[in-house]
Amino acid sequence: MAFNKNLKEILYSVAAIISALLLGALLIKLSGHSALKAYYYLFYGAFGSTYNIAQTFLKTIPLIFTGLAVAVGFQSGLFNIGAEGQLYLGAFAAALAAIIFSNLPGFILIPLALAAGALAGSLWAAVPGILRAKTGAHEVITTIMFNYIGILLTTFLLKNYFKEEGPVDQTKKIAEQARLPELVANTRLTWALFIAIFVIIIIYYLLNHTAYGYDLQLVGENINAAEYSGVDSDKVIINTMLLSGGIAGLAGSTMVLGVLHRFITNFSPGYGFTGIAVAVLGRNKPLGVLFAAFLFGILESGGMSMQLFAKIPADLMTIVQGLVILFVAAPSIFKILKNKSGIFRGDNS
Amino acid sequence: MTINAVEMKNISKSFGSVKANDSIDFSVKKGEIHCLLGENGAGKSTLVKILFGLYNKDQGQIKINNKPVKINNPAGAIKEKMGMIHQHFMLVDRFSIIENIIAGQEPTRTWGTSIDKKKAAVKVKEISQNFGFDLDPEALIENLSVGEQQRVEIMKALYREAEILILDEPTAVLTPQETEELFEIMESLKEDNKTIIFITHKLNETMEIADRITILRDGKKIGTVNKNDTTPQKLANMMVGREVLLDLEKSSKNPGKEIFSIKNLSYKNPVSGLELNEINISFKKGEIVGLAGVEGNGQLELEEIIAGLKAPDSGEILFNSQKITKVSTRERRNMGLAHIPSDRNKYGLVGNFSLAKNILLGSEWNPEFKNKFMIDFDYLNNYTDQILKEYDVRFSGKNSRASELSGGNQQKLIIGRELSRGAEFVLAAQPTRGVDIGAIEFIHRQLLKIREEDKAVFLISAELDELMSLSDRILVIYEGNIVARGKVEDFDQEELGLLMAGHSREER
Ligand SMILES: Nc1ncnc2c1ncn2[C@@H]1O[C@H](COP(=O)(O)OP(=O)(O)O)[C@@H](O)[C@H]1O
Ligand SMILES: [Mg+2]
Repeated sequence: MAFNKNLKEILYSVAAIISALLLGALLIKLSGHSALKAYYYLFYGAFGSTYNIAQTFLKTIPLIFTGLAVAVGFQSGLFNIGAEGQLYLGAFAAALAAIIFSNLPGFILIPLALAAGALAGSLWAAVPGILRAKTGAHEVITTIMFNYIGILLTTFLLKNYFKEEGPVDQTKKIAEQARLPELVANTRLTWALFIAIFVIIIIYYLLNHTAYGYDLQLVGENINAAEYSGVDSDKVIINTMLLSGGIAGLAGSTMVLGVLHRFITNFSPGYGFTGIAVAVLGRNKPLGVLFAAFLFGILESGGMSMQLFAKIPADLMTIVQGLVILFVAAPSIFKILKNKSGIFRGDNS
Repeated sequence: MTINAVEMKNISKSFGSVKANDSIDFSVKKGEIHCLLGENGAGKSTLVKILFGLYNKDQGQIKINNKPVKINNPAGAIKEKMGMIHQHFMLVDRFSIIENIIAGQEPTRTWGTSIDKKKAAVKVKEISQNFGFDLDPEALIENLSVGEQQRVEIMKALYREAEILILDEPTAVLTPQETEELFEIMESLKEDNKTIIFITHKLNETMEIADRITILRDGKKIGTVNKNDTTPQKLANMMVGREVLLDLEKSSKNPGKEIFSIKNLSYKNPVSGLELNEINISFKKGEIVGLAGVEGNGQLELEEIIAGLKAPDSGEILFNSQKITKVSTRERRNMGLAHIPSDRNKYGLVGNFSLAKNILLGSEWNPEFKNKFMIDFDYLNNYTDQILKEYDVRFSGKNSRASELSGGNQQKLIIGRELSRGAEFVLAAQPTRGVDIGAIEFIHRQLLKIREEDKAVFLISAELDELMSLSDRILVIYEGNIVARGKVEDFDQEELGLLMAGHSREER
């Protein structure tokens, strides 16, 4: 039955995507473009060649991490909007680790740099976690503030201590052996893809099959029942933020080790924020996040070619992307509305 | 020929796939108190809401005083001289009793012109005196107790010349004393030849006040009986649809040594200001200690302190002679504390979790449920099946979530989880609240079984029947103080009721 339910959700999502594309086609048509051509290039851009497929995956990877980071927080009732800041800290720490320990061999250096990134993300998220647990300061506010602080802090440190000579605010390149090996030559699609999928699997098991994950979800579902049953909810909240921040940190470190090969200020086009949409779309489940991130990847790389070759204006492209997200996310929205209206059901049994 | 004040024939009403009323015939004689009895969800409210024009029926006819009528809305019902008292009152807090009563009655004029008000006041006073309402018409609603507000609702109906009064579970919100007062008012209304439909699921209230009783179960009418021709046992069987054991067999046994104790415990609730004052209680093996009290007199605070959810301001708690005052909830549970919480939705259950995951609550780190690092779901599922069976939890599908169970089954799930852990001390707070009598019987037997197994039970309850039939010793709490304590034989129900309401023993 659980399987049936999952199947239903998948079928629903596919139907939602198709309806959104149909509605999008209508809009494209109305604005005087050829919908067929537009969607051809959407598909072509996403899957038309090995290179294009690699680009699609490349866009997917950071969103898997940030989406998962947000989803893990949600599962525990925490709204971690700070993935962006945690990502920057992670990227910065990974770059530093790779530069400082550049004489280590790759099989040590890569894990070390990845771990440094995860740790930095964790610590950056820990502060809002502790504030939430100990003082009740809401994590939405604190994580947003920590985004600004985090992004500016990395810029500050970079400019003052680690900047490479030249016009661009960036570190020097990391050593060859610190870079993640490419899966497809000259695409920058690297082992980061497997790391992302590996992390998805780990988190899936952690959430669904361990006492740790049970407590995490318990605190999210009913914090009073958690306390009643003997769970230290403060500890769970802090641990969840550590975990969430760590995953967001990995988004940064895999970007540095796989794509950028250095730290550059303001390199992220908002992966941390898009991660929120990915998490919502993926219903906060690890596998759901995987698919949602992939969908975003397709829309990103396909959208680019739609603009380039079908001459669809960028705004229209954004509308089509928005429609897909809206349609797929609709059940969650309906659910919220339904729960709300439940209040009004008369009852005096 | 007797006049039937109300005659409902062949009434049906469905909500989606639920048949809330299934071809029900229901008639009430003029001047009688007719009790509509049934478990939660039996269809009682639906039936009277149809009568009062709040729901449209799917089929059926209604006659009032032997005359066929069509009632489409409450205004139509009021025209037929009916009045309904809901559980949620519809009064304006800032207005006086009299203003509330006449509000809406004088639609053409702004109400409150002095002459109308005076006339109205006379009429209200008359009603108040005739039926023993004992209320000052000028008092503001916000200063009234729940019971008094209910009386205002009844007066409002009478002011509108209601001859047929419908009371939907009026006693659910009342203290035992207030219930008695309500019954007195109902008796005097009956003397005035008013007709009363009184809804309840409580047998003792039925037997006390009703002339005739109609029993509903699962949307169907099971029968109508005269009070004098029936017994609580028969009524219970009809309500539940099987043989229910009302009289519990409690063995006489001597309690063993002390296992749990509370010493000089004080606590002030920072929100409500309620203070627990120097509470001392000792619990012995094989003994049920009952704490009687109207809700909100410190029971919840005491419960949370014992469970380790709140820290007392001073005093001590001892478990097996070990001080546990500062010990965490988890450790208390590991030491052998079981807790059936008074608020099962807040504390006892996770609505969105499966039944198995609710059974796991509190045991997730227990090696018994683990297979290396992972939770052993095969084991957990088997274990869950066993508990659900042993504790007779009824559920629809294997993957049901806890929120999909009925209240009684939720409670049985919690009790199954808590009692199957081999606890030494069971904190059972309002264990049968909102639970049907079939389940109540089952829960009572489980608590007695625990007692037989030489464990200690602390039963916190507002139900006098329950306290009297289960407890070995009884304490009464009022405004945070233990105002009386003794063996169960030393109390009778009436006295307990008075003590709970704050009368001291000497006053009687
Ligand atoms: N407004 C409603 N919408 C949907 N279902 C309802 C509604 N009112 C009652 N029901 C359902 O009808 C059945 C009978 O309910 P009700 O008449 O309130 O029972 P009772 O008053 O005897 O406890 C229950 O299964 C209940 O869930
Ligand atoms: Mg009802």
